[in-house]
Amino acid sequence: MASNKKYWKSVEELNPDSSVVETLKQNEFVEEIPVDEFLGDKESLAASSTTRRDFLKYVGFSTAAASLAACEGPVKKSIPYVVQPEEIVPGVANYYATHIADGYDFASVLIKTREGRPIKVENNGEAKAGFGANARVHASVLGLYDNLRVQGPKANGAYVDWSEVDAKTVAAVKAAQAAGKDVVFLTQTFASPSTAKLVAEFKGMYPNTRHVVYDAVSEAAALDAYKAKYGVRAMADYDLAKAGVIVSFGADILGDWQGGGYDSDYAKGRVPHEGKMSRHVQFESNMTLSGSNADKRVPVTPAQLKVAMAKFYGYLMGAPVAGELPEAVDAAVKNAAAQVKDAGSKAVVVTGINDINAQALALEINEKISSAAFSTQSPKLTRQGDPKQVMQLVADMAAGKVGVLITVGVNPAYTLPNAAAFAEAMKNVEHSVVFSQKEDETAVLANYIAAAPHYLESWGDVELKKGHYGLMQPTIRPLFNTRQFQDSLLAWMGSDVSYYNYLKANWDTNILGGASWQQALHDGVFEGVAAEEAVAEGEAQEEEATVAAGAAAARALAGASQEGMALVLYSKTGMGDGQQANNPWLQEFPDPITRVSWDNYLTVSAHDAKALGLENYNVANGALNGSYAKVVVNGVSLNRVPVIIQPGQARGTAGLSFGYGRTAGMKNEMKTGVNAFALYNNFDSVQSVTIEKVSGEHEFACVQLHNTLMGRGDIVKETTLEIFNTKDSREWNHVPQVSLNHEEVDAVSVDLWDEFDSSIGHHFNLSIDLNACTGCGACVIACHAENNVPVVGKAEVRKSRDMHWLRIDRYYSSEDTFQGDNETKDNMDGLGDSLSTFGEMEVASENPQVAFQPVMCQHCNHAPCETVCPVAATSHGRQGQNQMAYNRCVGTRYCANNCPYKVRRFNWFLYSDNDEFDFHMNDNLGKMVLNPDVTVRSRGVMEKCSMCIQKTQKTILDAKREGREIKDGEFQTACSAACSSGAMVFGDVNDKESKVAKLKESDRMYHLLEHVGTKPNVFYHVKVRNTQEA
Amino acid sequence: MKKVIHRNSVVRVLGIGLALFFSLSANLTAQEADPGAGKSLFNTYCAACHNLDRNMTGPALRGVGDKYEREWLYEWIKNSQALIKSGDEQAVALWDQYQPAVMTAFPQLSNEDIDNIIAYTMQPKEEPKAEVAAGPAAGAGAGEQGLGNEVVLAALALVFGMLVVMLYLVNKTLRRIAEANGVEFARAEEEKRLPIWKAFVQNQFLVLVTTIFFLLGGAYFAYGYLMQIGVDQGYMPVQPIHYSHRIHAGENEIDCKYCHSSARVSKHSGIPSLNVCMNCHKSIVEVAPETATAEYSKEFYDGEIQKLYKAVGWDMNTQSYTGETQPVKWVRIHNLPDFAYFNHSQHVEVGGIECQKCHGPVEEMEVMYQYSPLTMGWCINCHRETNVKVKGNEYYEKIHEELSKKYGVEELTVAQMGGLECGKCHY
Repeated sequence: MASNKKYWKSVEELNPDSSVVETLKQNEFVEEIPVDEFLGDKESLAASSTTRRDFLKYVGFSTAAASLAACEGPVKKSIPYVVQPEEIVPGVANYYATHIADGYDFASVLIKTREGRPIKVENNGEAKAGFGANARVHASVLGLYDNLRVQGPKANGAYVDWSEVDAKTVAAVKAAQAAGKDVVFLTQTFASPSTAKLVAEFKGMYPNTRHVVYDAVSEAAALDAYKAKYGVRAMADYDLAKAGVIVSFGADILGDWQGGGYDSDYAKGRVPHEGKMSRHVQFESNMTLSGSNADKRVPVTPAQLKVAMAKFYGYLMGAPVAGELPEAVDAAVKNAAAQVKDAGSKAVVVTGINDINAQALALEINEKISSAAFSTQSPKLTRQGDPKQVMQLVADMAAGKVGVLITVGVNPAYTLPNAAAFAEAMKNVEHSVVFSQKEDETAVLANYIAAAPHYLESWGDVELKKGHYGLMQPTIRPLFNTRQFQDSLLAWMGSDVSYYNYLKANWDTNILGGASWQQALHDGVFEGVAAEEAVAEGEAQEEEATVAAGAAAARALAGASQEGMALVLYSKTGMGDGQQANNPWLQEFPDPITRVSWDNYLTVSAHDAKALGLENYNVANGALNGSYAKVVVNGVSLNRVPVIIQPGQARGTAGLSFGYGRTAGMKNEMKTGVNAFALYNNFDSVQSVTIEKVSGEHEFACVQLHNTLMGRGDIVKETTLEIFNTKDSREWNHVPQVSLNHEEVDAVSVDLWDEFDSSIGHHFNLSIDLNACTGCGACVIACHAENNVPVVGKAEVRKSRDMHWLRIDRYYSSEDTFQGDNETKDNMDGLGDSLSTFGEMEVASENPQVAFQPVMCQHCNHAPCETVCPVAATSHGRQGQNQMAYNRCVGTRYCANNCPYKVRRFNWFLYSDNDEFDFHMNDNLGKMVLNPDVTVRSRGVMEKCSMCIQKTQKTILDAKREGREIKDGEFQTACSAACSSGAMVFGDVNDKESKVAKLKESDRMYHLLEHVGTKPNVFYHVKVRNTQEA
Repeated sequence: MKKVIHRNSVVRVLGIGLALFFSLSANLTAQEADPGAGKSLFNTYCAACHNLDRNMTGPALRGVGDKYEREWLYEWIKNSQALIKSGDEQAVALWDQYQPAVMTAFPQLSNEDIDNIIAYTMQPKEEPKAEVAAGPAAGAGAGEQGLGNEVVLAALALVFGMLVVMLYLVNKTLRRIAEANGVEFARAEEEKRLPIWKAFVQNQFLVLVTTIFFLLGGAYFAYGYLMQIGVDQGYMPVQPIHYSHRIHAGENEIDCKYCHSSARVSKHSGIPSLNVCMNCHKSIVEVAPETATAEYSKEFYDGEIQKLYKAVGWDMNTQSYTGETQPVKWVRIHNLPDFAYFNHSQHVEVGGIECQKCHGPVEEMEVMYQYSPLTMGWCINCHRETNVKVKGNEYYEKIHEELSKKYGVEELTVAQMGGLECGKCHY
């Protein structure tokens, strides 16, 4: 279309007579190009002894000489230790037991080190307190090698000496004391007995000291309710393995609810054993991991959730509570109450409602039914923050009552809802010291940045649960000039004791009770007698929270109502509270539910999205785009929040995750998403919100482009507990049939190929139980760390070039259940019908069933990839592994095309030493995390899961060297070792006594796409749902 | 660590004691004693901590008989600690100087033995003149021999040349005589024949065959040339310290795995850290005169040992570490590409392969070099030919029994065990 529009380049053009404009029209360049300057000078050219021909000769000669010189191989240097530490043998890994306790994640871990470099996080088998490593903990090792870490104490942007920090701080503390001002420690939850003791000693020295504990994502309601009932500010401990019926009101028990770590016990109860498995009913607003694993999920708004809980209490106690609920929800509540009643002590009720009444109600119910899964014996201490005191502190700071502020492990300038007020109040504090690993949002406001060490460089202890202690030990010498908070405190108190000695002395006198320190350090964990009177962390609360008892609490809850939309803030599996936002592994980790990486987003239901005009659609290359929305809460607005339409999201609610939108101390690529903490008013995760569509479209990096199974029930096979218990396995675990000689036979019995003989030696198989798998993604990160999987960045993920060797597919049902999908597909009639029906089946249901399925290379015994490789780069090993020789691969990608499971990944680029991919493999510090036993792949080769052949070979070699047989359980892959829920079991099926061999004999066993005849060495177990209603 | 220090201390004080002892009784019995017997006793009992001319753990002992009373020396050597405890002034002074090194007590030495040792220490120092004299002489000899060869060859060449000239002259003369006598030569035939190269060009078949031959030959050599790119067999870089495997592994027969200990447990054989060198070189500050070769003199080797001391920060005079270290930047000789996994312990410990199988006669190498090509073909070949060492290894019991039945052999090769699979080395 022709257009009459004229575009102005400058105002000058408006003047028709302008000479400038006229000149510019004629000449491309404003000034003459000074050609004459270097060619016109005939004299000097003639005077020069170098003619043009000579010049070219020189150029030619030097090029040739340079290229000839380059033919020589590089000289490599080997520099041995001068004095080799006894425990280090080059090439042999050492393991150290320690703990992560960053205020959000607490876990007992083993750290694998090579040549003194920590390279991987593993679960500590000695730990019995149930604090396994989640995806974030597995990724935390990369944080050690973050090249944006602060390398020493800093003031005004320049590095200073620790002595200066010490002198100024001590002076400031004394001055504050004299002026009657407060000295405040604003810290994360340490849950550390020694730190608490140390702070108390400091307080003894400077009585005007105050310790405020701050959790970015607050569990205050649960803590207060527990304190009101049991007198201790802690959280009840649950052992979900003992629960036959789990009813959850908004508690994301498989996520970060009350500190997390419940998934392994939960999974134990989920595997059908002697015809029984637990029943899980979940009432919630956002689609969470817990909701997607539940047998029954009821989407409700936050207000309905409260009412539902109140009514549940009423039904259970036989004293109905009044309250408005939709009929279906009411029925579900009634049903759940009946089931809990039936199960008695075998049931447990949990809630994540951020309301002291709701929390108190849950405690009361569990006590009333004397739930076996509920314990107050050793409550959890991993959250201790008190929002009221934090708010008080900000007010005090603004009023100039605070002389010295020292923050540790927190980032209030980012995580506080009133971060701006905090930043303003910081100006009224005379002296501020921020212990931080980064120049984060808070650190840049402080007088001094006290460079803090990573947890892998620190000493420390932690009391996870009452009486369950853990030790932290450094696994590497500090990389930078850092000093931990505790050592600094000791220095400020004028003590010359190191924190290590202090810690050891404290343990010897107060905790170990005569047991060996060395042994405790070796094990990492120690179960002792709980201290009589634990030193309280933080100030005692001034006023007791008032909790209405039982029925009154229920009545208070039942009065909840909601107008307009409710925003439910949550923490994402990959990002948590955002401490590790600069970690590329976690940024690229796809969310288990939405499968979106590199972003946070507003989740809305399809119904609300339609009403608000919000949409998601796939562009030509399949990538996902979405609308932007303006989100306003209480006057605070986030202007461009990308929107994801989330099946299962309760109508009238929206979800938004914490942890994104960081701006300081971050690489540019990592500055993704929006900061939801700005909307976290009163530390309440539920907010009243207005949402409106704004212009623009957001480009997501979503790794899964289809949402449903389209009725292909043989991919994720599932059945109900009733059918599983009563019917023959061929009915619910259908073996695909083919026609052979006009007879229907099992597809697996027909074979185009000669069988490999795997009967001798080891034959590795990986078993994945879809019942136990919660989709937590710890395996994905563990695989990254073990196998040097590169991070490719948002733009590449969008092009489906993500490199994850292991993915966890998430499927929604299109009907209410997957069974419904299968029936729809079977009942299709003719081509016309199938086209339209399949189109409809691609849309997930409003409250779908969800299934997770980890998929990695299936290591087919008859692998389609092997037969098409023109250079035999991929071949079959006798031990069952499909091997990939990178040095042989020429990158035709035939194998990826021929792979029915789509698990092969192509290296489109060189991901290491490439500024286009400025992640950890682009700098020397980040490269220290690489596993030296696995090749770093280069551009142009295909790669895929190797079934951790480096680990199986290592296990075999160890046995050979020691001249012994290999015991069951010794063989592990990175994913199976990381799986704390026991869903993944790896081993040798030729060892008939092994766990994996027995699992292979199970009725529930099936192979993925069995009818293709690939005979994989990875097998799955049919998912069983406990659909039994009361 | 503590233990080591303690042992040193024992040794040190012993030295001191010995010295004291000697000084007491030197003049009395020196005449009758046998320095020869003393030398062997010295080497057995004393040399670990004492040198005649140099302080080691204990003091230098030359002339010790003059320093102390003989009786005192007897007492000191037999039990120095007792002497110190008794409050003897000299003993205490020595102890103050050398503690915490405690000299081992030698109650088994008789007074005669001690006399012999002292006699040995009283011998005057030998002057190393023989060596200096021998050096130039040997050089000259070698030079002469080289010259001789050349002269002989030149003479021979001259003789041959003269012979050729003479033959030519004789021939010429004979012809002339023949011509003069009227004898005719048959020349006609020669002119009719085609020159051989023309005949060759006309024979197309021959041209074709030759071309093919040359092409094939060219391809063969080109292939050979290309295949040796990146193969560094014979790579013999100059190292920052001239470390001679010939002396250590050859002459002194030190086990490879004493220094390369991680070969037993790790994928790396490991370059020994400098503290391993110092296990021996604390006492060995110089090489024996007979270690020197024509190429490398004793001074050269002693200089290399000094380089070690500098790197590890060892002060010979005070017999202590200064703490100033300079890690040695060895040039790596055996370079496998990153995509190939090789494990020393698998081969050395499990397979029981001699180091020399791949590394060649290291014990004869003055300068270490890459003996094997380290190509994949070379690896594979060995895997095809080598039998797995299964005896006494419980791990192999079952698999060996089943596999040997399957293949119908007594002993399995690595290849039959699965050692040719790509994934065994490439991952």
